[in-house]
Amino acid sequence: MTPLLSIAGICVDLQSGGWLSPGGGARINILSDISLDLAGGETLGLVGESGSGKTTLARAVLGLQPTSAGTIRFKGADLCGPADFHAIRRSTALMFQDAAASLSPRMTVGQAVIEPFAIHHESVADRRAKAAELLAEVGLPPEMAARFPHELSGGQARRVGVARALALKPALVIADEPTAGLDVSVQAEILNLMADLKDRHGLSYLIITHNLALVRHVADRIAVLYLGRLVETGPTRQIFAAPRHPYTRSLIAAEPKPDPRRRRRDLAIKGEIPSILRRPQGCEFHTRCPVAKDICRSAAPALQALGPGHSVRCHFPETHDKGG
Amino acid sequence: MTDPVLSVENLSLRYRVPGGSLQVLRDVSLSVQPGEVLGIAGESGCGKSTLAAAMIDLTGANAERTAGTIRLSGRDILSLGQADRRRMRGRDVAMVFQDPMTAFSPVLTMGSQLVDFQCNLDGVSRREKSDRARAMLARVGLSDPDLAMTRFPHELSGGMRQRAAIAAALLMRPAVLIADEPTTALDVTMEAQIIHLLRELQADYGCAIVIVTHHLGVIAELCDRVAVMYAGQVVEEAPVDALYHDPRHPYTRALLACDPARIEEHTGRLPAIGGRLPDLTAPPPGCAFAPRCPLASDRCRTLPPPRVTIGPGRAALCHEVAP
Repeated sequence: MTPLLSIAGICVDLQSGGWLSPGGGARINILSDISLDLAGGETLGLVGESGSGKTTLARAVLGLQPTSAGTIRFKGADLCGPADFHAIRRSTALMFQDAAASLSPRMTVGQAVIEPFAIHHESVADRRAKAAELLAEVGLPPEMAARFPHELSGGQARRVGVARALALKPALVIADEPTAGLDVSVQAEILNLMADLKDRHGLSYLIITHNLALVRHVADRIAVLYLGRLVETGPTRQIFAAPRHPYTRSLIAAEPKPDPRRRRRDLAIKGEIPSILRRPQGCEFHTRCPVAKDICRSAAPALQALGPGHSVRCHFPETHDKGG
Repeated sequence: MTDPVLSVENLSLRYRVPGGSLQVLRDVSLSVQPGEVLGIAGESGCGKSTLAAAMIDLTGANAERTAGTIRLSGRDILSLGQADRRRMRGRDVAMVFQDPMTAFSPVLTMGSQLVDFQCNLDGVSRREKSDRARAMLARVGLSDPDLAMTRFPHELSGGMRQRAAIAAALLMRPAVLIADEPTTALDVTMEAQIIHLLRELQADYGCAIVIVTHHLGVIAELCDRVAVMYAGQVVEEAPVDALYHDPRHPYTRALLACDPARIEEHTGRLPAIGGRLPDLTAPPPGCAFAPRCPLASDRCRTLPPPRVTIGPGRAALCHEVAP
């Protein structure tokens, strides 16, 4: 079966600084050789720390970020020029990280959820009824259509973001930190809403987050990014049960456990993600890796398959498979 | 039990808003023992940040205290004059905010700010203050404190800025450190490191820490005791282990149940708390949680819930909880 979305060998480079700045004009490699498939009806979780390139990858998929190499195929068709990307944006939707800020402060909620039709030149017979229908779909009362974004709570703004994303009945929804800044009870409501809509409309989700507890519940598969490189990808259950890359293992171990009897005494990972301007030689993770050896400092490991759909970029994936 | 270093007694506070007043804290009582780590948990709008701000007397101009006292080492801080309150802040009680970028001035170097923060330290030369600042930066884990002293806040990463904010708060060796969502703006790997650091510093300096957060994982990792807030009230107070393993108030139970980190298996659907927060301009006469509570009876909707003592250091604000 052709995957809904297929990314092969995507690279994104940016120009560093201006031509006046020292070292100006150098190319900085933001994303390096990313390949991922997303099947219809599947949820893929993209995880990693800030600066790992998660959001850049999402923007590249939608053609909002020029790529320097690689191909993106949507429903089997290559996407090359702006016209192709305009078409993919008709059948994909993006839920922004800051839901309240993504809504125009001068548009009512009703206008905001109808706007996608205008952008794609589609006529709507009864705009008011359509807005009410979309709001009902995300569990908001029709009166909400007359409100302005500043009158909404965080959870309501998220729901409006979901309604806007669903307006054109997309096949793929890209959700950038869909529950960032929400309380746990509201977070659960939004995730349940997204799960219901997925079942009802057969949606695929690409969920970008650094919240591992969240991806464990919603994602079928996980892709872990570190400094713009894919370091591990595989089925969610398998990755949480036996993470093979030391970075994945550290991320899982770093999550605070809501149980005082399971307090951690030591740190799973120290230091910060290195600057992308000074990418470490060899394996990028060696500066923070608990099992790094000499070879890790000199040679970059290749992505190797460990099993069906599970691959890892590490020289020593076997030496630490009791983790998790 | 020794005397608490910080105690809040029957504090009620409201914010004047257009068309009325918002009763953000209603009869809150809490105490912090010397060297204790107290967590204040709750969702947005429950009043936890207002309570933290009140503890250091930094509530906004539209806040009005209607009842209660706050004592720091036995002194009623609200009866102090402006000059004494200013001296108290930073020296006896210090605060770490959620966003370390806004905690520092963007136009001064870290070094000059860290020296200025010690303005209440009498009889110490500027050079000594600078040395103290450098030593504190090294203590909180900045790898090159000399370089950091010459940097502006925007030149540090988020994690380094939060470390520097903690260093700034501890410079005057306060008896109480109040941290309002100190890890919310950070990545999970940095969050783990900041938790680890706070734990180490607490052991080294023996200061009491009050940590305000909506993240139940952070409280479980760090705190000795927890107060859970809902709609401006402390609804449950308990030692940390008891709260997570034997929660008594229905709100605490609901809150713990919907934390995805506590559910081990892949579920697809998560429990949520239906309904919404009550309107705090006109709080309900009965229990504030009654409209969302599975145990609520008529009594809960009409009569204010009693504070039921459950055991040593344990209490819940509920009609239905058994002592």
